[in-house]
Amino acid sequence: MTQWMAYSVCGLLLFTIGLYGTIAYGHVFRKVLSFNIMGSGIFLFLVSIAGRAPGHPDPVPHAMVLTGIVVTVSATAFALALLRKMNSETGEESLGPGQEYRSGKEGE
Amino acid sequence: MGISRLHKIFAAVLSGGLALALIASISGLNEGDGLSRQVRASIEESGVKSEVTAVLLNFRGYDTLLEIAVLLLALIGVTALAEGETAPEKADVRDPALSGLAELILPLMVLASGYLLHAGTYAPGGAFQAGAVLAAAILLARLAGIAEPERRKGALAGIAAIGFAVFLSAALAPLLLGARFFDYPGQAAHAIIVVVEGALAISTALILYLLFSECSSIRQWRGRKGEAE
Repeated sequence: MTQWMAYSVCGLLLFTIGLYGTIAYGHVFRKVLSFNIMGSGIFLFLVSIAGRAPGHPDPVPHAMVLTGIVVTVSATAFALALLRKMNSETGEESLGPGQEYRSGKEGE
Repeated sequence: MGISRLHKIFAAVLSGGLALALIASISGLNEGDGLSRQVRASIEESGVKSEVTAVLLNFRGYDTLLEIAVLLLALIGVTALAEGETAPEKADVRDPALSGLAELILPLMVLASGYLLHAGTYAPGGAFQAGAVLAAAILLARLAGIAEPERRKGALAGIAAIGFAVFLSAALAPLLLGARFFDYPGQAAHAIIVVVEGALAISTALILYLLFSECSSIRQWRGRKGEAE
C-alpha cells in the first residue's frame, strides 16, 4: 500500500464515521460535528489523491480543498446559528421524538 | 429504546458497507499526475508563481468567486436569524491573562496575516489563510475586552461584501475588452490577482468575525413567555 493510498483510506474512514454520526445521533450539535468530520474526510481524501503523482502534487485538488474549508466554516456557522435559534425559540436541541440526547427542558 | 437501537444498527451497517465499497473503489486508482502538467504548462500566463494561487484566482476563478458568494450568503442567513437579538451591552468578561496574551500576540497575528497575503503569489499562503488569521486576531481582541462589540454592524457587513464586489468586477472587466469571462490580460494578471487577494482577505476576515458575533448574539432559551426562568 502506497502512502497516498493509506491517507486516502483514512479519509474515507473519517467520512463514513461522520456519516454514522449524522444518522445515529439526534442532537443537532452532534449532527453538525459529524458533518464536519465527513467534510474533513473528504478533504483528506482529495489532498491525498493529489499526491498520486510521483514528485509534484496536483494543485487543483489543493485549491478545491482550500475553497471547501472556507465554505465548510461558513456553512457550519449557519447551522450553529439555526441551532441556537431553534433553542432560543423552543428550548429543544434535538431533532425528532425519541432521541436520548434531549435538552430536558420541555418538561417545565 | 428498541427503535433507537435499530436506528443505530442501520446507521452502522450503512456506513460500514459504504466504507468497504469506497475502499474497494479506490484500489483501482492508478498513479497519475491529474491536472498538474496542464497547470505547470500555463503557469507563466497566470500572473503568479504559486500553482495553488494560480488555480484559485485564475484558472478556476469561478470556484473562488462562488466561494466568497457562499460566505456572503451564510453571513446574510446568520444575520437574518439574529435579527432583533441584541448583543450583550457589557463587554465580554475580562481575563487579565487573556488580555495580556492578546496584547503580546495581536501585532504578531496582524503581521502573520500580512505575510500570508504577500506570500500567496509565490508560495503556500493567500487571501483565505490571511483572512482567517486576521479574523482570529479580531476575535481575540474582542474576547480579551480590548475591542468593544461593534455598534454599526451594517457598515461592517457592507465592507465585508468588498471581496465579492472586487472579484466580480475583475471577472467581468475582460468582457468589456472583448475577452472572455475571467480572461485576465497577460501583463495585468499579476496586479489584478494582488488586488483581488487583498479584497478577499479583508472580506474573509470580516465575514468570519461577523458570523461569530451574530451567531453568539442569539440568546439561549429562557422558558415559555411569561414564565419565570
